Amino acid sequence: MSELPLSVTADAALQAAPATKARGYWATVGRRITRDKVSMACALVLLLIFLSAILAPWLGLEDPYKGSMIRRLRHIGTVGYPLGTDELGRDMLARLIYGGRLSLVIGILPVILAFCIGTSLGLVAGYVGGKLNTAIMRTIDVFYAFPSVLLAIAISGALGAGILNSIVSLTVVFVPQITRVAESVTTGVRNMDFVDAARASGAGPFTIMRVHILGNVLGSIFVYATSLISVSMILAAGLSFLGLGTKPPEPEWGLMLNTLRTAIYVNPWVAALPGAMIFAVSICFNLLSDGLRSAMDIRN
Amino acid sequence: MLAYIARRIVYVIPIVISVALVCFLLVHITPGDPLVAVLPADASQELAAQLRAAYGFDRPLPVQFGLWLLRALHGDLGNSIATGRPVLAEVMRAVGNTVTLAIAAAIIGFTMGILLGLIAGYFRETWIDKVATSFAIAGVSVPHYWLGMVLVIIFSVQLNWLPAVGAGPGGSAAWAWDWAHLQYLVLPAITTSVIPMGIVTRTVRALTGDILSQDFVEALRAKGLHETGVFRHVIKNAAPTALAVMGLQLGYMLGGSILIETVFSWPGSGFLLNSAIFQRDLPLLQGTILILALFFVFLNLLVDIAQAAIDPRIKRG
Repeated sequence: MSELPLSVTADAALQAAPATKARGYWATVGRRITRDKVSMACALVLLLIFLSAILAPWLGLEDPYKGSMIRRLRHIGTVGYPLGTDELGRDMLARLIYGGRLSLVIGILPVILAFCIGTSLGLVAGYVGGKLNTAIMRTIDVFYAFPSVLLAIAISGALGAGILNSIVSLTVVFVPQITRVAESVTTGVRNMDFVDAARASGAGPFTIMRVHILGNVLGSIFVYATSLISVSMILAAGLSFLGLGTKPPEPEWGLMLNTLRTAIYVNPWVAALPGAMIFAVSICFNLLSDGLRSAMDIRN
Repeated sequence: MLAYIARRIVYVIPIVISVALVCFLLVHITPGDPLVAVLPADASQELAAQLRAAYGFDRPLPVQFGLWLLRALHGDLGNSIATGRPVLAEVMRAVGNTVTLAIAAAIIGFTMGILLGLIAGYFRETWIDKVATSFAIAGVSVPHYWLGMVLVIIFSVQLNWLPAVGAGPGGSAAWAWDWAHLQYLVLPAITTSVIPMGIVTRTVRALTGDILSQDFVEALRAKGLHETGVFRHVIKNAAPTALAVMGLQLGYMLGGSILIETVFSWPGSGFLLNSAIFQRDLPLLQGTILILALFFVFLNLLVDIAQAAIDPRIKRG
């Protein structure tokens, strides 16, 4: 009576386990997010913008650099120029699509770089702890003493205008934020039993961090990083808007918004177009990040 | 409480010194000679060396930092290269305008954010919640400098209701609380308010939802408390966190005003920063960033203390 039912229930549990766990965590997350209409719509819009930016040279567009003094600031809907022309007579449709190339790179690359650097820093700080943790986290605190826009502009302003400088300054802004998140989730995981078990079975600190901790914390850090893309897009274009990023005649949404600012009395809605692109990308990334977050929150 | 305040103030000292160090080093990460803006292009080697010694650039960096910090403590942040006037006076004059703008934006953004957040949290998962949440997401996703441009296009260019740029009639620098000046504040304040509006809405919505799902609310309702009474409990419990978020947002508005001030030519600290960057006026750049960062640090300190005053749990933790 004492032994048999126990092993039977244990057997049953073992057999039942594969049935409920047939789908892995990430497969479940994937299934949940594909069922979310808002997320899928945003993903579609982003895919379109990305594809058109990549495939721009093969879309049969006008030359985005070729201007003409006689066809400046045409209105939206002009024959041959569906979205009008800018202050130098360049085709807006072509410039908006080509503009995606630089705008997306300078907006997204800082988050990717900060994700790599911040995750490594946070992981080491969280796992090693002690003095190293104090050193890393107190340094991070200093950057938190600056509002992020001010920090980005201070570094960009000191380094001078340029695409590389704007990417560097935005990376510096996002590294502390990602490090803090990475450190706090790592600290939460490091004292769990399976980490102790790995250590007891002779795994070195690098193996534990790479195999046992990274897999458990990467998801949360990744979701946090995706939520930063929207801010990064706005700030990157903002730096160009101030004249601290891209230089003319490169097509880039922030810079286009700046050079078209003088045209708001002549052709206001053409002047506002590049900002609408920034808005579209930024809101889609925000909604997608929200969708991902709730898809990953399986407990709900 | 006093012990807590003292402890928080002691924590702030190393942060203030590090902030000063970052601002000091900013000038040294600039490519090229920091003297390039003051030195004539055909200056001789001797003249350059003389000026370097006069500005103290020939000494080791830690000594330079120490001397700079000592002068800064006495309120001497050097002189602006472009105007020759003391940096501190220039910055303080501009900060006043930025504070005006930030407070106007805070009144709009926080009121809207609290209202929308409370409504959305109370009517969770209904269409009311969806509308409020959409507003919030749009608020945090919109490139605010572009929103400023669009508002100018609608209200200045097309409708001709409000002025497009500046902070007063005839470019007057003195601010006054009359409609002639206030109309210049409307568009910049609305533009600045969208991000805090979005963030406060999201925070208050989440807080309201969490609090309403707790057991004590059930108990309050069970003992027959009417909904307005329940609401008072919700607000009391949400206040510390909401206050912290709003304090931080006020700091962001003060420090991050450069884009909006550029769009509206609003003569605040952001506008000053913009001209400092493009005239390579490094003492002014350094000073503006230092003052704005210190504002932010002290605002955070005030928020922490205010939070502890409202919520006794924080002091103990």
